[in-house]
Amino acid sequence: MAAKTYLTHEDISKWLEDMSSQATVLVPASVDRAVKFVPYDAQTQIVLEHQATAPPKEAVFPQTETLLKYRYKKDTEHPETQPLEVKEDVPEDKVVVFGARPCGTRGFVIYDRVFTSDTITDPYYKARRANTAFITIACDQVENTCFCHWVGSHPADSEGSDIMLFPVQGGYLAQSVTDKGDQLIKQAGGTKASGEQQKEADTIQARVREELGEAPDISDVPASLLQIFDNLDFWNDVSAKCISCGACTYLCPTCYCFNITDEAYGLTGKRIRTWDNCMSYLFTLEGSGHNPRMTKAHRLRNRVGHKFSYYPELHEGVFACCGCGRCIKHCPMAVDIREIALRAKETADDEQSVSA
Amino acid sequence: MNNPYLPDIATIKEIIQETPNIKTFRVVLNDEKRMQEFDFKPGQVGQLSVFGVGESTFVINSPPTRKEYLQFSVMQVGEVTNRLHSLQEGDQIGVRAPLGNSFPLESMKGKEILFVGGGIGMAPLRTLLLTMLDKRDEFGDITVIYGARSPQDLCYTYEFDMWQSLGANLVLTVDREFPDWDGRVGFVPTVLTEEAPKPANKVAITCGPPIMIKFVLKGLKDLQFADDQIITTLEKRMKCGVGLCGRCNIGTHYVCVDGPVFTYAQLKALPSEL
Repeated sequence: MAAKTYLTHEDISKWLEDMSSQATVLVPASVDRAVKFVPYDAQTQIVLEHQATAPPKEAVFPQTETLLKYRYKKDTEHPETQPLEVKEDVPEDKVVVFGARPCGTRGFVIYDRVFTSDTITDPYYKARRANTAFITIACDQVENTCFCHWVGSHPADSEGSDIMLFPVQGGYLAQSVTDKGDQLIKQAGGTKASGEQQKEADTIQARVREELGEAPDISDVPASLLQIFDNLDFWNDVSAKCISCGACTYLCPTCYCFNITDEAYGLTGKRIRTWDNCMSYLFTLEGSGHNPRMTKAHRLRNRVGHKFSYYPELHEGVFACCGCGRCIKHCPMAVDIREIALRAKETADDEQSVSA
Repeated sequence: MNNPYLPDIATIKEIIQETPNIKTFRVVLNDEKRMQEFDFKPGQVGQLSVFGVGESTFVINSPPTRKEYLQFSVMQVGEVTNRLHSLQEGDQIGVRAPLGNSFPLESMKGKEILFVGGGIGMAPLRTLLLTMLDKRDEFGDITVIYGARSPQDLCYTYEFDMWQSLGANLVLTVDREFPDWDGRVGFVPTVLTEEAPKPANKVAITCGPPIMIKFVLKGLKDLQFADDQIITTLEKRMKCGVGLCGRCNIGTHYVCVDGPVFTYAQLKALPSEL
């Protein structure tokens, strides 16, 4: 592994300045009492001390994006006709995401298997993904809601990142993990990290890993969830507190359900994609009035099922969860997906021992 | 790169008022070459767009054996369908098709075919029925049990004679007595039970309102049809049509990609979330 580069906080500021002249650099900053990723400028107050309220998912999967633009043309020679013109609107902007945590960045690896698979390629996602680089900070502290180690990750996981930054006294040790990262790190300056600094970074990582504690084995949760699918008592119980607000879905780095709607302005308009929320009754309501997920119990069952059973089934056992804990931390009713996964396993085990 | 969200622009060539709330649209893609090369299998669906209002999913109910136009039947229930109903011949719409899987036509060859349809549920059956009638000698007996609430709620009435002349047995039913109605009276599942088709060498294909499908499945099971002899096509709310947006999944299966056509055996293996 290549030697790491030591970057002081001052080096980082210069680097951000430099990068922001060539790309949109998104950094976590305080906006309306939340920490969100916003375009960097010299005045931006960057918040790197703790996990951002929202993950950087908007960098590649914006809350609202234009898919198509259309125009009905008025042909005055043939006023009875109204020819239609439709154009794609595929983005080309270069973006650098600076300062996300591994659990935020890794969400895109989960998305990749869905949006750029062998059978379907989403051109909007693909273009943004190819044009975005991730400079991710390894964690130096643990929060109560952190559980990345449950889902096959860890506080210094570089999966999905181009450069990893390891916090040390006075700055960071930077390490490139991709070709894209190699290009960016060249602009960063800095000095070669000393053995002492490397040791310091390693000590921090070891401490953080220890603070996380042991992870329970959740490898049989996918099967458990299918087994208790029809146990509506269970789902009613675990969803009782839920108010279907959808905060968990909007703040989740792996939630990608979306809606497609049209916005018209006279004869022109656009087709837009927006984040959608599977906790909403309307999400699956059919024209006939029938709704396959009619109560919040059905909807929570689908959300937990998707992350801990269906996605892993389709993608070689990988959970569609980064363990960032945002859904737990920001849920107004403190619904805890960890607890649901564990209780699902317990309930399935109990059912089995009863029937055995 | 092929953009799965980009529709073809198509022109409405003909509109048929089927019932008080169902219209059939016959459309042709504006790009002649795309229209000529348009290839699909019976059972596949398409997304129709009215730009400025949105998209909705409908089965292509014309058969691949007759490709002078693509036909969609639309019941007026929501925003997009309301707007579609207000369109005129000559108007432009978007078409994203074909999407999803299709009826297992090859495996039905040489078999007797039983269609059981209700209301607008006849639309997906029509594409398969006409495909079979256009290749009549490849299939055994073809029987269609089709019902609706009232005679005026039956679709495709103007071509019933054509279906029969091409070799289909047609059993029509409405929910209750109506003046001048000389077909059967009773719910579709009841008529199915009365007709009592034998399952030997037969495939049953059913589509209709969920409650009808439920009792038709029960009726077919009572008649000793095996689970893999029963085929249905599902409807779910869909947006993207390409397995991404997260609405139409039943467990790991996306109705827009892995469906809409499923055998009863396949459905039983899925989580119960219809």
